[in-house]
Amino acid sequence: MRARLAGWAFLVPLVAYLLVCYAYPLFTNVDLSIRGYTVRSFVHGGAPLVGFANYAVVFGDPTFRTALLNTVLFTLVSLFFQYTIGLAAALFFARGFRLSATLRALFLVPWLLPLIVSASTWAWLLNSESGLVNAALKVVGLGPVNWLTSPEWSLVSVTIANIWIGIPFNLVVLYSGLQNIPREVYEASSLDGASGWQTFWHVTFPLLRPVSAITLLLGLVYTLKVFDVIWIMTKGGPSGSSTTLATWSYELGFGNMLPRFGPSAAVGNVLILIAVIAGLLYIRVQRRQELA
Amino acid sequence: MRSWRTPVGVLLTAVMLFPVYWMVNVSLTPLSDMRKAPSLIPVHPTTEGYERVLREQVPYLGTSLLVALGTVVLTLALAAPAAYSLAKLRPAGRRALGFVLLVAQMIPGIIMALGFYGIYVKLGVTNTVWGLVLADSTIAVPFAVLILTSFMASVPDEVLQAARIDGAGPWRSFVSIVLPASRNGVVTAALFSFLWAWSDFLFAATLDSGGRLQPLTLGIYRYIGNNNQEWNSIMATAVVASVPATVLIVVAQRYVAAGVTSGAVKD
Repeated sequence: MRARLAGWAFLVPLVAYLLVCYAYPLFTNVDLSIRGYTVRSFVHGGAPLVGFANYAVVFGDPTFRTALLNTVLFTLVSLFFQYTIGLAAALFFARGFRLSATLRALFLVPWLLPLIVSASTWAWLLNSESGLVNAALKVVGLGPVNWLTSPEWSLVSVTIANIWIGIPFNLVVLYSGLQNIPREVYEASSLDGASGWQTFWHVTFPLLRPVSAITLLLGLVYTLKVFDVIWIMTKGGPSGSSTTLATWSYELGFGNMLPRFGPSAAVGNVLILIAVIAGLLYIRVQRRQELA
Repeated sequence: MRSWRTPVGVLLTAVMLFPVYWMVNVSLTPLSDMRKAPSLIPVHPTTEGYERVLREQVPYLGTSLLVALGTVVLTLALAAPAAYSLAKLRPAGRRALGFVLLVAQMIPGIIMALGFYGIYVKLGVTNTVWGLVLADSTIAVPFAVLILTSFMASVPDEVLQAARIDGAGPWRSFVSIVLPASRNGVVTAALFSFLWAWSDFLFAATLDSGGRLQPLTLGIYRYIGNNNQEWNSIMATAVVASVPATVLIVVAQRYVAAGVTSGAVKD
């Protein structure tokens, strides 16, 4: 009995914290989304209930389609390249060679840098007039590309930067997954005369499936959240061409002199719905693996 | 046997880290060269960017340090006792709490930022350092509880039983046995909460953009936002902002790797 009380006593601060710092902001967000807030009523209270009006505004806005499509494209393309490049690098490092541990650690740097640092570095690399990328294109005779300021390229540019940031995470997780595959499996495979490629497709890749699933699902949850990179590089522009749900929500609430908190919260709640579905999928997969 | 993998590995790492090199290169380039064709090495290296950082960004740096350290303290104070309870005292309902923590990690920052903003405006506490610390801690607390729980779970129950027979209460066992034994977990949780708070831009931009004390991420953002072309100052600030991450890679890489893989891969 005493032990049980102690167990709860040690948890009380955390539970109180979760209520104040998670449940309350989330509740505030829902409340914002169903009321007609103005700047005045935001400070002084008394905003009228408007039900789903904010959601109707959001769904009726042509930006919603763009933002949803961009979110899907940004997420899927990022995940694909982060995973394939990360896996290739993990396989490369799995053998272990002189300096491999040091180089692997250095690979982590992009992931640990503050996002504002990575994003502004990429913004300068891709700058139309003075960026290195356009200078390099000029050397091989290609015209300058307006990476960040043209609607055709802005989403591509922020996706490239985001892939770069995500590769290290994929590398580290997949690498440790590879380390957990018993060495005998490879020995058996090579005794059977399998080539390197065959071993990868028929042995390594299937054995790595659980870790791959977790990596991709965690990547999905992280990528849906991405805000800093896009906001700092393009502010979601030009004219909404690189807007995602996350940046649109921020833009509605904080991007203008005239904030629209209701629609901003409504977009946020749509995003959270998507994120939580992805999250539940992740938890399901993880639970299943724990049982296996 | 010398492997071909070493030179290839060095080359791959160089390609991967090229943007980081470029940041340093630009930070040392004089403004007069900024409009010319970019040069791969700083031909006329200058410290003017860094001098400007010293003149203008020191208060921002101090705030970032304060916020990051505050977040570490708050995060550990909340997470360590809770992890001890989940790992060793095992009260009823701990599975549900673990589930809540997993879901909490998945909530997009923009939603938390808007929620916190609504609350802070109502209470009149926007633009405060402690308000930012409280918001920043939400990035780290669920992660810290989960990773500390897995570290503390590996402390053998027999040791705790022996302590109990010797008359140690749960608090004594926590402070003098479990906490020291899970030192690595504490370090990992502290490292990541420091790094995340140090790097935070979203909470700073929404909750502290009018504050007297603002973090370095806002300092960089203002440089970019002023639409000036003084990219050597911007990149010099970025280099300074990267120092903690670089130090961690050099002195604490095994903790970092442990943090990245925790939750994703079970050993």
